[in-house]
Amino acid sequence: MEMEELVKKFQNKDVKAFEKLYAMYSDSMHGVIYNIVRDHNVAEEVMQDVFVKVWQKSESYSKQKGRFFTWILNIARNAAIDKTRSKSFKKVKQNLNADFFVDIIQTSESLDDKTNAIGIKAFVDKLDEKCKIVIDLLYFKGYTQSEASETLNIPIGTIKTRNRNCIKILRGLVLN
Amino acid sequence: MDINAYITSGILELYVAGVLSEKENEEVYELMQKHPEVLQEVLEIEAAVVKLTAATSQRTNTHILDIVKQELKLNENTKTKVVSINKPKYNWITYTGWAASILLAVGLFWTLNQNKKLENDMRITKTHQSLLETQIETSKNSLTEANTLISVLRDDSIYKIPLAGQGSFTDTYAKVYWDKATERIFLDAEGLPEPPKGKVYQVWSLTLNPLTPTSLGTIDDFATDSNKIFEIQNTNTSEAFGITLEPKGGSATPTMEQLYTLGVVTS
Repeated sequence: MEMEELVKKFQNKDVKAFEKLYAMYSDSMHGVIYNIVRDHNVAEEVMQDVFVKVWQKSESYSKQKGRFFTWILNIARNAAIDKTRSKSFKKVKQNLNADFFVDIIQTSESLDDKTNAIGIKAFVDKLDEKCKIVIDLLYFKGYTQSEASETLNIPIGTIKTRNRNCIKILRGLVLN
Repeated sequence: MDINAYITSGILELYVAGVLSEKENEEVYELMQKHPEVLQEVLEIEAAVVKLTAATSQRTNTHILDIVKQELKLNENTKTKVVSINKPKYNWITYTGWAASILLAVGLFWTLNQNKKLENDMRITKTHQSLLETQIETSKNSLTEANTLISVLRDDSIYKIPLAGQGSFTDTYAKVYWDKATERIFLDAEGLPEPPKGKVYQVWSLTLNPLTPTSLGTIDDFATDSNKIFEIQNTNTSEAFGITLEPKGGSATPTMEQLYTLGVVTS
């Protein structure tokens, strides 16, 4: 498998492999981080910290434990959340991370940006409010199933099936 | 295991979200290896989530990679880029610094050399000066001597006694100028040949009746004296003066065979 090969090279400190992985996931990580911190300068700072850490801790990833994407997603979410808990951040930015990712996409003005190019905006517009929340909590905020269940006040099993349905719609829209 | 039921359960979506337990994760991984449809499902879920999250990024993030690589000291290109901006500055300052040092060193060396040269010149000039001073002193002395001679020659009270060549030395001559008042004679010995090595001329004061010679001394500096005029003390009541050639150091009595010149005082 190509992806496994790439990750292996990266773990052997291959800079080219690191660059490829960055190209694949950096926008995704930035989206997640920005959605949490809601400040471009802070997001950039966290991005740097995350990818420095990704390189330094590369050997701690193992494919048996999960997807490579999931591994860096965890690092990015934790770094961003840590940032929002830091004193300096609290002073400036309070109560901002109550927003969902959707408003970022919906308020995007530019017509030729990547949001429009992949039809995400259209999807988000049509997306059920319940989907928006569950996707935001599970993918963007890193909530566990039970945390999401508590927050939304719905049973754990319902989180699982609702999420499945929401992602199914997303796949239909973005992957054709 | 019913793979379709497993897929539709929603566990794979949670797998990508990263909320499963370690055990569940390993289980999904094993099923992905065994069942391509599980793997395919996971890949599609992941692709959709990557696209959605990427859409939330309203920025281009490529520049961050450069910063990260710089921080990790990874990229040679980034490194050289950074260095290439700084290098000319660094080189400019360095080269200027070196050039200044070299100029200063050359300047110092030149100044030192100049100084040495000047010191040398000064030493030569000083030597030259002392040489000139000596010459002036010598000239002064000669002038004084000459003036004394002139005064002697003009003085009426001075006796002039020519000494004629004797025996085999008839072609030699001398003159004595006797200043009785100051009890000294000036012997003009220019008519005498240079004495041979180991010999000196001895000057004698003579009384005639009976013939008694009294030594007035030897002329030791005959060869080196330029005007051949010698001032000699004479307290005797001389009646004649004679010059003989004697061994170095002089003799108690004159060697008559070596009598060169002789002259009688006529009053």
